[in-house]
Amino acid sequence: MTQALTVQNLTAHYGATKVLEDLSLSVGKGELVSLLGASGCGKTTTLRLIAGFLEPTSGSIRLGDKDLTRLPAYKRDIGLVFQNYALFPHLSVLDNVGFGLKQRGIAPAEREKRAKAMLERVGLSPLADRLPGALSGGQKQRVALARALVIEPPLLMFDEPLSNLDAKLRVDMRVEIRQLQRANGTTSVYVTHDQEEAFSISDRVAIMNAGRIMQFDTPEMLYQRPANAFVARFVGFENLVPMKVSARDGETVTATTPDGSQLKLSQERFGAIPDAFVLAARADGLAVSTDPKAEGIPATLGLRTYLGRAYQYQSDTAAGMLIANGALSSPLEPGSAAKLMPVPDQCCVLQPE
Amino acid sequence: MMTSRIHPLLILFTVLVYIFLMGPLIIVLGASVSDTTYLTFPPQGLTLRWFENIFAISAFKRTIITSLELAFLATGLALLIGIPAAYAINRYRIKLPTWLSTVFVLPILVPEIVLGFSLLKSVAVGMDTPIFLTLLVGHMLLVLPYCVRVVSASLASFDFSIEEAAVSLGSPPVKTFFTIVLPNVRSGVIAAFILAFITSINDVSTSLFLTGPGVSTLPIQILAHVEQFFDPTIASVSVLLMLLTVAVMAIVERTLGLTFLAK
Repeated sequence: MTQALTVQNLTAHYGATKVLEDLSLSVGKGELVSLLGASGCGKTTTLRLIAGFLEPTSGSIRLGDKDLTRLPAYKRDIGLVFQNYALFPHLSVLDNVGFGLKQRGIAPAEREKRAKAMLERVGLSPLADRLPGALSGGQKQRVALARALVIEPPLLMFDEPLSNLDAKLRVDMRVEIRQLQRANGTTSVYVTHDQEEAFSISDRVAIMNAGRIMQFDTPEMLYQRPANAFVARFVGFENLVPMKVSARDGETVTATTPDGSQLKLSQERFGAIPDAFVLAARADGLAVSTDPKAEGIPATLGLRTYLGRAYQYQSDTAAGMLIANGALSSPLEPGSAAKLMPVPDQCCVLQPE
Repeated sequence: MMTSRIHPLLILFTVLVYIFLMGPLIIVLGASVSDTTYLTFPPQGLTLRWFENIFAISAFKRTIITSLELAFLATGLALLIGIPAAYAINRYRIKLPTWLSTVFVLPILVPEIVLGFSLLKSVAVGMDTPIFLTLLVGHMLLVLPYCVRVVSASLASFDFSIEEAAVSLGSPPVKTFFTIVLPNVRSGVIAAFILAFITSINDVSTSLFLTGPGVSTLPIQILAHVEQFFDPTIASVSVLLMLLTVAVMAIVERTLGLTFLAK
């Protein structure tokens, strides 16, 4: 029976180093949540704590109404899929899949029946008698998935399961994982450093940095409404411009850029704008204009690169180097003066760091 | 078919190496069947009476049994200590101090004669331990480094996430060690066993100090015999030892294939 996972105020140390700080996370029944971040951010530590391979300094881990915090790993009943597959090299594919059932004392005939049915679902029935060494990477990961799913765990966890596969297979496998997970309705935690993978597969994503969750939200919200500068940079907002509000007129706010030029922003679009804030924009969120009367951040255009759908300019401004995309119809020469105009629905307003 | 020409010097060199390796064995084999009362090669006449003579001399019979008992017990004990030690060293590599694995290899660095002498002084005489027990301790210390080293080498390439996978599927840690870890380092354990067994059976330096009245090992008995007699019995005992090694290798070849020793 699938269960909801609740992690509360988890803190963990490696020796004297604090690797996880007061981390809380809840995963609903049947939900797939990704932990996303660069290596060393604490995502794998979190997974290993939930699995029981590490002990937290403080905090609690609950699965449904069961407290897992001090339970030994082998009693936790969690299905795990590892980055390097971790198949048992001396057991056949069928015995690998049947291993968890054997530990649960299920009779050999029943065990074989269930393992075979699971192999059928991942499309590996013909390979049941092979040893893992004779399989390709994709096949190995399917066996690992079958092995974790066959015990019908209340919680399924993935530790960078696709990192060792080539790009094409990665996309196929993640669709397959998502389909199996949906079909079984298994609560899942998925650890990855790959943003595209996390966003495409998850119901919600926790973006982590230095042992903390920076934002925990749906992929859509993370992509369009980052809550802070770290997440904004992480999801590709290249331009972060600090600004100050100089005048308010109803819903319209006039903001001053570092060089003193004025911009008008609507609170209807951005919500309440604090007196000091950071305007975040992707390259697409800054339009390049050569009209001298245009309202925007004055810039001197530098290197121009061709992106196929637009030209991209490294632009020198009082707020530092900004990256903006300009129309294909009018390529501009390096050294030209231009204005960078924020495109309202492609920008967001953040609290200053 | 393309055939590449082999340089004649290479052929000559290879043949020389084989002669160098096989020569002593052939000489011993020849001398053991010589129908003379002294060691000689090529053999004069042909007889098996020197082989019969081994078993006529009770000291040989006794020491063969002692040597086999010692080798099996010492190797067994060393593996009982060495396998868990090697496991701990590899499994908790990050947590354990680096000098720990060196400690287990130290006996290799101590000259065997020193090991024998110190055991004689502190254990055999100092604690008045029975001769066989002292020999057993000595041989176990002698072969322990090989066990730790060889099993360690096997565990070094073992992926411990496999163990975690088994645990996550509900297998308790101790059971996991026997059902998952051990089967995957089997070749290392067998290689360690053979290496340790042969080291123990052949040991002279350490045993020399520890053998005493009534209890001796085969190599020490051979030494004692040579000091008094120069008949081909020695050669036939050596042939027996050779056959024992060949038998061990044949079993290994049958069950595992010899290539695993090269891994």
